[in-house]
Amino acid sequence: MPVVSMTVNGKSASADVEARTLLVQFIREQLGLTGTHVGCDTSQCGACVVHVDGRAVKSCTMLAAQADGADIVTIEGLAKNGELHPVQAAFREHHGLQCGFCTPGMIMTAVDMIRRKPDLDEETVREELEGNICRCTGYHNIVKAILAASREMR
Amino acid sequence: MYQFNYERPKTLADAEALLGKADDPKILAGGQTLIPTLKQRLAMPSDVIDIGGIGELDFIRAEGDAVMIGAATRHATVAQSADVKKHNPALAALAGSIGDPAVRHMGTLGGSIANNDPAADYPAACLGLDAKIHTTRRLIEADEFFKGMFETALQDGEIVKEVTFPHPEKAAYMKFPNPASRYAMVGVFVSRGPWGVRVAVTGAGQNGVFRIAEMEEALAKNWSPDAVANIKVPATGLNSDLHGTAEYRAHLVTVMAKRAVAAAG
Repeated sequence: MPVVSMTVNGKSASADVEARTLLVQFIREQLGLTGTHVGCDTSQCGACVVHVDGRAVKSCTMLAAQADGADIVTIEGLAKNGELHPVQAAFREHHGLQCGFCTPGMIMTAVDMIRRKPDLDEETVREELEGNICRCTGYHNIVKAILAASREMR
Repeated sequence: MYQFNYERPKTLADAEALLGKADDPKILAGGQTLIPTLKQRLAMPSDVIDIGGIGELDFIRAEGDAVMIGAATRHATVAQSADVKKHNPALAALAGSIGDPAVRHMGTLGGSIANNDPAADYPAACLGLDAKIHTTRRLIEADEFFKGMFETALQDGEIVKEVTFPHPEKAAYMKFPNPASRYAMVGVFVSRGPWGVRVAVTGAGQNGVFRIAEMEEALAKNWSPDAVANIKVPATGLNSDLHGTAEYRAHLVTVMAKRAVAAAG
């Protein structure tokens, strides 16, 4: 079994895992960080999005072994010193969630898109959310929250 | 997923050696198709050889009249590359239209063409731009590379190293994505360059990507959307599924070809 080591939310994590272990299983089951969700498990819904070396990826479609040596950030790693990340705060402020299941992936995707595209407009946000599905269909407020956060972070 | 042995070589030479030793290996690049396939237990390789960590496969170089792209280069990197945007904006736009942002952060050029999904985008760019595919063993012309649905000219243990895309004078890719999967129902890549005119179609054919000689001849005489507007593609040999009939796809081919020529200018 491969030994995988990575940094998760600033802390080093290492374990012997079966080669077939997905990154999301490693995060949830090995590290107990259950904020990252498994929705569809078929790379469609984006509930499992985390950052690997600064880029948003679907952790249900990556082996833990592929992330060996990588720097991972999950939803638990966003808030600093008890202060919500501006994107988290904007989702709360603008009611960017209903049932909340898709929220961790939506927020991780939003943080990544704001980093890549500081001058977001509504059309771009909707395009960039192509890989994240909200089954409550609460997209309107999600888009509003992301636009507000991107203005805040400029 | 079934169990497998996992290796992550640092060099191409090590990857070839591992492939040579393994019983029934699969090459893992970005994994955006292979991992879902493994999860559904549609494949049962003895060994998964991850080439995603091989630095010599991750590059973009503009040299002379072509752009060379390493096989492990991610779609997002191609889409954002200043060299690709400058010399081959149609290719950059195509890379930026694959899947979604998270998929583009992992998926690779080499993985896409080696898998040769009949609805993948990159095969249309390779065939539509007369690309040269360099492997660990030889150079394969795009015309010779794509052999059918999920089939290529690659032999066991042969690894795609890079793809050379010559600069087009004009080019564009237009796709009609399936609204759920984002895969191309029909995608048409048109180009004009030193190779003449090419029209390559993905998503439609049962045997994967193909060219349309009649449209190429018409566009060589008259590069305008009108030149292809009345060229009908037969529905024989086209995909028919719950998303659309073969006749519907045949109709879309002409529409997308027309829009692609208009977009190419």
